[in-house]
Amino acid sequence: MSGLRILVPVKRVIDYAIKPRINKAQTGVETAGVKHSLNPFDELSIEEAVRLRERKGPIKVEDILALSAGGPKCPDVLRTAMAMGADRAFHIDVPDKGDGGPEPLTIAKMLQAVVKEQNVNLVLLGKQAIDGDQGQTGQMLAGLLGWPQATQASKVDIKDDAGTVEITHEVDGGVETLRAKLPMVITTDLRLNEPRYASLPNIMKAKKKPLEKKTLADLGVEDTRRLKTLKVTEPPPRKGGGKVEDVDGLVSKLKELGAL
Amino acid sequence: MVNPELRRQVINVYKELLFLGREYPLGYQYFRDRLHRAFASQKQITDDEQIRKGIARAEFVKKEVEALYYLKRYRTLKKRYGSEA
Repeated sequence: MSGLRILVPVKRVIDYAIKPRINKAQTGVETAGVKHSLNPFDELSIEEAVRLRERKGPIKVEDILALSAGGPKCPDVLRTAMAMGADRAFHIDVPDKGDGGPEPLTIAKMLQAVVKEQNVNLVLLGKQAIDGDQGQTGQMLAGLLGWPQATQASKVDIKDDAGTVEITHEVDGGVETLRAKLPMVITTDLRLNEPRYASLPNIMKAKKKPLEKKTLADLGVEDTRRLKTLKVTEPPPRKGGGKVEDVDGLVSKLKELGAL
Repeated sequence: MVNPELRRQVINVYKELLFLGREYPLGYQYFRDRLHRAFASQKQITDDEQIRKGIARAEFVKKEVEALYYLKRYRTLKKRYGSEA
């Protein structure tokens, strides 16, 4: 096999440290004026792509392409991705309609078109985005492409130059090791690696890397929705506990609550 | 006169630390004040060797802050998405 051409799709999400607020109309989460950053699981997948290159395994990494679909601020996270080591980036312009962005199926179809066009042979995705928590895109993409998939990888190892890849992932009470041939789709789990920090000099250098703007129509995909969000509400607030003086107090309290 | 190359390095590492401070959990202002004080307290040193040591210490702090951010994020995500065990 000639070389690895890796596609890393990323998402710009509300920063993990921010507590999301529901908007007044109860149709979604307030995004205006809230700090956004690169989805942490996508950071893991970029880091893994860069490490595959640095490890100098049996197959040379030829190209790392970062891609993000969304509004005019998406290039920010693409710059972060390039500062971490991606070679170039595509920004798929999808106007922000305040409905949480395109659905996973739309994204998977769009990625399928990019994979064909750019001759990609490995797609590394985060297992889920921390805003929608849907965790479907990778699986859908593998289905559309008819490629093998390894989800929630905690270790990725390229075995030989024929493109055999061994992936370890954590399952209940142990680990499972999968073997597959390239081309394939891998989604990343939290313990895959430790993403590097996009430092100031690297962000400056990343400004020189190529960033192409495209639209969904360029890739022959339409942004249709299959699901309708009816209502978004906050979880009920936690009620505080109370202290009891002694055993009798506890028993009477339990009786009062109907537990005894 | 201080070595101009070292002067450049000091300014660079200061800028990089300031950039890191933007995400500091206790706030940018907190970080910036302390960073400023830490650098200002060393302003009288002129010996090249001493300055190199200072830069190495700043680089070390940079790594520590990066590690702090990584751990903070890792722990939050593990709490949110990890198994209960």
